[in-house]
Amino acid sequence: MNLKPLLEPKTMAVIGVSATNERHPANVIFDKNHHRYPVQVFAVNPKGGQLHDETLYARISDLPQKIDLAVIAARAEFVPDVFTQCIKAGVKSAAVVSGGFTEGGRKDLQDKIVAMAREADFPFIGPNCLGIFSPLHVDTFFLPIERMIKPNYGSVAFISQSGGILVDQMIKFSQQGVGMSKAISIGNKAFVKEIDLLRYLMTDRTTKVIAFYVEGFAEGEGRDFVLAAEGAPKPVIIMKSGKSEAGHRAVSSHTASMAGDYASFKAAIAQHNILEAANEHELVSFCEVLSVYQHSIGGRIGIITASGGHGAMAVDACVAEKMSVPELSQEIQDDMKAAVSESVQTIASFGNPVDLTGSATDDDFVACAKVMGASDEIDCIVFLLLPYIPGITLDIGVRLSQVCRQYKKPFIAYAPHVEKYNMMIDGFELNGIPASSSIEGAVLMAKALTRK
Amino acid sequence: MLNKEIKSILEKSKKWGWVLEPDAKRIFSLAGFQTPKFAVAKKAEEAIEAARKIGYPVVVKIVSPEIIHKSDVKGVVIGIKDDERLVAVLERFRKLPGFAGMLIDEMASGVELIIGAKNDVQFGPMMLLGFGGVGVEIYKDVSLRMAPLSNAHVEGMMKELKAYPLLTGYRGAKPVNISAIQKTLIRFSKLMMDMKDYFESVDLNPVMCSDKSCTIVDARIMLKK
Repeated sequence: MNLKPLLEPKTMAVIGVSATNERHPANVIFDKNHHRYPVQVFAVNPKGGQLHDETLYARISDLPQKIDLAVIAARAEFVPDVFTQCIKAGVKSAAVVSGGFTEGGRKDLQDKIVAMAREADFPFIGPNCLGIFSPLHVDTFFLPIERMIKPNYGSVAFISQSGGILVDQMIKFSQQGVGMSKAISIGNKAFVKEIDLLRYLMTDRTTKVIAFYVEGFAEGEGRDFVLAAEGAPKPVIIMKSGKSEAGHRAVSSHTASMAGDYASFKAAIAQHNILEAANEHELVSFCEVLSVYQHSIGGRIGIITASGGHGAMAVDACVAEKMSVPELSQEIQDDMKAAVSESVQTIASFGNPVDLTGSATDDDFVACAKVMGASDEIDCIVFLLLPYIPGITLDIGVRLSQVCRQYKKPFIAYAPHVEKYNMMIDGFELNGIPASSSIEGAVLMAKALTRK
Repeated sequence: MLNKEIKSILEKSKKWGWVLEPDAKRIFSLAGFQTPKFAVAKKAEEAIEAARKIGYPVVVKIVSPEIIHKSDVKGVVIGIKDDERLVAVLERFRKLPGFAGMLIDEMASGVELIIGAKNDVQFGPMMLLGFGGVGVEIYKDVSLRMAPLSNAHVEGMMKELKAYPLLTGYRGAKPVNISAIQKTLIRFSKLMMDMKDYFESVDLNPVMCSDKSCTIVDARIMLKK
């Protein structure tokens, strides 16, 4: 299945663009791509005519170019006919935005277009989906461009069974400074399924992390998916919904009762090295950290903080996530003590967490980061930054990132995410240190790195 | 691993929706698992002869296509030491619905484990290992993996159990034979892969694991509808 024309089309036809209704989803899709994306886009309407100064082509076969992707927003009962035209005209792929298939009681229509697509080797995404947001190529979402929050271009691909969750998640990625390479809504996933996108994205050079929102897999599909994901050269993350068992089913064996749908799901994905994000917060944290660091680490966490309370909270979170915060050897402690400023030497504690106190400066953080970075007693360092203490400056992120590069040990930061501190946070994130808006988030990031 | 006899047992059991215990044990015995010496009897003299041959004490269980949960009808009696008690229990069993015989088992000892399988819609055969017995659903100390299993999977499953120390010789007890558990689970996962068109779920509960071996004391195979 060649998905390149679908995900990175050079030419696109939008079927069903209206000459009169500018709010029609097809018009929104046409407009945004016409104005904002490199894809060459054509509007199709069986009645022909003009939309402003653009030609509305009456038939797909009238289009002046070979089409990589047809975006179909026509009513469900017309879609088989549109498919016939597309296939005949040599269109390479489609995104069926329209609803009204299996989810609306018309399984027959869905089966029909799947059979056509299979016969003609015509990959399509959907139906009942938003389609593809591919930042440097195309955006088939029928959401007006001024309403969307678009994350930066980056290396996280997110594939979702729900369009709503996808768009929401883009907002959250954006807030957290996580860049995306692809956002794909697969809706009813009648033809192109998670496993097809997984296979494509495994070799996609712009994607470093592949994340999914999954409601469920069809019969046997889960097995194929986890087996494929296990061999992926990049981290795969799943966020699942539908975890609660529906009602009380009569279960006649202990095993069937204890190996419920979600229990089996959880076990099967963990067994195949797929990271499960329990919620949106975990999803964003995992995506952010794994887009920066792909190598797995041991679970010994070093904590450097300017507040004892923050350190204690972080220790609790680490232990709850089955990681350790080992006491550092006397030698390391002495080295750190010797390296920090005199005023901090006598009041700081160096056991781990390293608490540099409210008197700490950038230099103290950097000095301790160097000693801990060089030590083999720690696998990852979590910095708990309090931007409001006087000795900390906006430069701390970039300075720590230089230490991080030198020692090749993952650094993770926590800093409260408010507008006032944005430049400091950017100093971390833009220089390759993930920064979480909560202590637990920073610890979850470390946890994601301990995956095998 | 499915030979002709296993297939024919599975086929004939479809009408009940599950495999009766003696048949289920026969399947596991044919597939190379250790099961207790057992016999099925309907009449007193048959029962006495079988029990003496197996050797007292014995465990007896009701065989009835109408009774899936034997404990609920007091259909399992352990530690029967003589003919008199054996016949008394048989008389009571005869009055239970669907009586098709009394299963007489050799007594096995060891740590009670549950080994199970569920034919999951999304992931196919899933394997379960846990601490067994009647309290299994109260403690829920179990771990799950997708079949087929490797040695590493089984090791992970055992270590995931909260009561894992009970396997390695807790407070001076003899450690159970870990490699017997591994072999049993791996063989079981292969059998379940081969049986995936037939079964819905399987409970081997308990599997008695001692320092020497693992014995399947009770087996329940629920078939696909």
